[in-house]
Amino acid sequence: MRQINTEQITDTVEKLCIDANYNLGDDLITSLQNALKKEESPLGKEVITQLLENAEIGKKEQVPVCQDTGFAIIFMEIGQEVALAGGNLREAVNEGIRRGYKNGLLRKSIVKNPIDRINTGDNTPAVIHTDIVPGDKLKIIFDAKGGGCENMSRSAMLTPAQGREGVINFVVDTVSRAGANPCPPIIVGVGLGGTFDYSTLLAKKAILRPVGSHNEDKTIADLEKELLEKINKLGIGPQGLGGRTTALAVQVEAYPCHIASLPVAVNIECHSHRTKSIVI
Amino acid sequence: MTEYINLKTPLSDSTIEKLKAGDKVRISGILYTGRDAAHKRLIEMIESGEELPFDVKGQLLYYVGPTPAKPGQVIGSAGPTTSYRMDAYAPTLIKMGLKGMIGKGGRSKEVIEAMKTNKAVYFAAVGGAAALIAKTIKRVEIIAFEDLGTEAVRKMEVENFPAIVVNDTKGNDLYNIGREKYKIPV
Repeated sequence: MRQINTEQITDTVEKLCIDANYNLGDDLITSLQNALKKEESPLGKEVITQLLENAEIGKKEQVPVCQDTGFAIIFMEIGQEVALAGGNLREAVNEGIRRGYKNGLLRKSIVKNPIDRINTGDNTPAVIHTDIVPGDKLKIIFDAKGGGCENMSRSAMLTPAQGREGVINFVVDTVSRAGANPCPPIIVGVGLGGTFDYSTLLAKKAILRPVGSHNEDKTIADLEKELLEKINKLGIGPQGLGGRTTALAVQVEAYPCHIASLPVAVNIECHSHRTKSIVI
Repeated sequence: MTEYINLKTPLSDSTIEKLKAGDKVRISGILYTGRDAAHKRLIEMIESGEELPFDVKGQLLYYVGPTPAKPGQVIGSAGPTTSYRMDAYAPTLIKMGLKGMIGKGGRSKEVIEAMKTNKAVYFAAVGGAAALIAKTIKRVEIIAFEDLGTEAVRKMEVENFPAIVVNDTKGNDLYNIGREKYKIPV
């Protein structure tokens, strides 16, 4: 067994929160640059140019690119040959979030109880997903999930008869209804199959793939391409002001499902896609 | 590349009436901030007959919850939040004389109607361009609900704050206009 101390996890999570919120990934920047070349709307071009300029400021001045520094989402892939030493894993992650949001001057956007809505003051707790995988490494993925785009996400239990066309209609309709709200150009994460709950998790995982990457399964990759084409015909455009770039990418993750079901979930991510990962 | 209309707050009805959906503006002067939690409190104060922490007449309300300022900064990153969450509260403030709101995303029929009747406009700022927008904010003061943290009401002094008119007083909506223009029928 390889031993990893949870203090190292706290330190890593702190760094990831700050890095993700200040420095947008190269995959996203390339995608925005490509969109700028293709965009036909003058206003759309102006918006994308401002987003690239904003990303530069974030990097250069080490400040958050967006004021909504998000719900802290953590995915941990824990090797089955890893022994965790030190304190409680969940607490170690939350301590990392606490420190990252305090020391990185990030916004505290979490309320303790959805009904009385008192801010927790330190952006904890994170939403933590753990997976046990082969090997002796530990991978931590951080995503700062903004509220505006998360609010536009939807899921449905379609029937097998609705099939591929039903999936396309649901995904395109979800983006169409969202309009300008989720800060287009967006990244559309789609979870297909599994159960009611699992489809939504797949949709979130789909967002975390490199921007514009395709599923290895050709059937799914073809679906991604068709969805992107249809979504970009909606005309919503950058910031919803009209244009060709409504989505930068559509990324679908699929899983086997019950003979009676066709679960589909759409998780929308804004252009301010802030995710970073580290392997310990 | 484009011409901007320079606006100075507070705004008069005659200035507001000249604005058209699609106009690009640069706003200077005072903006007040408020989002979900602050709006809830403002409306509760109105309902119980209390005086608001600022007079909304002629003013602009910016829907924003900024990040904390770094040493030497007046404010952290400060881009717009999604506006529809304030739709339930906005007509009341518009009827009291609020002249405009800055946010992102579409508004309800009720808000658009209130803007037409009471001469007010809705501007969009670029969502996610928060570090860029923060540079136009020159002075910030918390004037109410400090306990709400990022959601407190702030009085901001801005210079050339960039925005675009989405809904004018004639009922035009730039989101619909822009979308129709670039839509490819399937």
